[in-house]
Amino acid sequence: MMTAAAAGQPVLELTGIGKEFGAIRALHDIDMQVAPGEVVGLMGDNGAGKSTLVKIIAGNFPANHGEIRFEGNAVHFYRPIDARAVGIEVVYQDLALADNLTAAANVFLGRELKRKFGPLSLLDHKAMAARALELFGELRSETRPHNLVKQMSGGQRQAVAIARTRLSNAKIVLMDEPTAAISVRQVEQVLSLIHRLKEQGVAVMLISHRMPDVFAVCDRVIVLRRGEKRADKPIRDTSPEEVTALITGAKEAA
Amino acid sequence: MSVPIESLVSFSNVGVTRWWQRSIFASQTAYVTLALLLLLVVMHFASPYFFTEGNMQNVAKNFSFIAIATLGITFVIITGGIDLSVGSMMCFSAMVTSMVMSGLSTPGMPGASLFVHLAADDKTVLANVPGLILVISILAGLVAALIVGLINGFCIAMLGLSPFVTTLGMLSIVRGLAYVISNGRGSFPGGPDAEYFYMLTSGDVGGIPAPFIYLMILALVMAVVLHHTAFGRHVFALGGNEHAAELTGIPVVRVKIQVYVICALAAGLQGIIISGWLGSAPANMATSYELNVIAAAVIGGANLAGGIGGPLGAIVGCVLLEVIRNGLVLAQVNSYWQQTLVGVIIILAVLVDRIRSRMI
Repeated sequence: MMTAAAAGQPVLELTGIGKEFGAIRALHDIDMQVAPGEVVGLMGDNGAGKSTLVKIIAGNFPANHGEIRFEGNAVHFYRPIDARAVGIEVVYQDLALADNLTAAANVFLGRELKRKFGPLSLLDHKAMAARALELFGELRSETRPHNLVKQMSGGQRQAVAIARTRLSNAKIVLMDEPTAAISVRQVEQVLSLIHRLKEQGVAVMLISHRMPDVFAVCDRVIVLRRGEKRADKPIRDTSPEEVTALITGAKEAA
Repeated sequence: MSVPIESLVSFSNVGVTRWWQRSIFASQTAYVTLALLLLLVVMHFASPYFFTEGNMQNVAKNFSFIAIATLGITFVIITGGIDLSVGSMMCFSAMVTSMVMSGLSTPGMPGASLFVHLAADDKTVLANVPGLILVISILAGLVAALIVGLINGFCIAMLGLSPFVTTLGMLSIVRGLAYVISNGRGSFPGGPDAEYFYMLTSGDVGGIPAPFIYLMILALVMAVVLHHTAFGRHVFALGGNEHAAELTGIPVVRVKIQVYVICALAAGLQGIIISGWLGSAPANMATSYELNVIAAAVIGGANLAGGIGGPLGAIVGCVLLEVIRNGLVLAQVNSYWQQTLVGVIIILAVLVDRIRSRMI
């Protein structure tokens, strides 16, 4: 991984990505790169194609055109678990939590820890609860592994969804509006988590409407408008005003 | 290195949920169990015959006759689905089992010579291997159920048809098949192994009815499967949020097919047991039992919206229905009231749960 980073190889590279839904062109000719440990903000108005792009990277549906390269290799995702298998983790906007299960159960959903009892392979509740609590501790979230997600606050739910991405050795974490529905203090926590991911060499793609969040944590910002990439520049070379202008179309491209 | 687990996070704002506020204690199942215990006490004072050994055996036997199928349908209900074909399934499996059994036991029928031969008196039919016909005929009944369950699961999980419509159709298809294969007459388990068959289905061990024993074993297995295996976890996740289940990589299609197969197998087994108790498998057997089975599951706390349910609730629901039926008989109330009362209880049970969840 270090050699890849040293060689400047991007962890994720998209070339010419396009997607149509029937007659609607959702994305057109998107090129972008994300380096290891880089935090990239993806911005755009509703309908600009942010969610479509995230879903293509996450393996929810394939692109009609273009190529995705992950750590230099071309990859094809047919299902979300294909993307997860190579190291792409996603925090979905609706968080994808099962309300009727506990926090720990949700963190480990689909990759439960098991113990062998002869021919039986039973859930290892203790180990999962302990690991989940450890992850909540890292996120500084007061979330008890045994509590039902149904009874949790927005911030706790967010913590559960983010804790899920920390289970495996993710190379890149996509976050779809992670700060949209939570309190000011919890936004602070999510942003500090993004910093922590970055320190560990994990790339983060932050999809957000909140300009202050993007400018607080991102190294680079990409602006989509009407399915096309209108800007891709380091955060220090731009300003909230310019990004707003790009999003609304007041400024065509930068 | 043994750091106390709570020290990793300091909980200043989040209190501990007390044991009575969570899991089974905070569920509809708990309230219905309480109501059942209350009812048992009332029955004890209302009728001196209620707690007699004979009556208890009767109650245990009668509720076991729908409880195994209720366990099966609880899996389906937890995933947020429904299976209306269980009543027909019971009949179909029972019919296949008894037809295979009597077919293989009749000298002259195709294949029968492999299993039976005539005794020296040319009348008595003897089995070549005692018990073999029994095993084969029960397996045949269960395989029939398995196939129907697979078709249900395939239509619902792969083709995306609604569970209600698919299983409503299957209710009719399977019932029709039962009439077709028996020509509307029904069939009787017969032959040299019929004795074993009756022993296994309507016999008892030390006064405990056999179906009750099967029920307890299956309920224990179900509890372990639901709460201690990845499959059980996925069943709950599917009912809680199917989209999330898919995104987190749970094999949604496979789990769905599996629950419909489990449900069909449970119904099939239930039907075979009932036919042993009835002594025959008439073509109209278990008609509308699907409603009793679903009612029992719902009274016991399974949520038709998915995500909630378990073996204890399924059994408690069945016991409650049977105790009420039994109680009405002992109290010499017109037994036609039973159905009305069952309806009232379904609504009451769900209502109490609704009020409780609003209060929290």
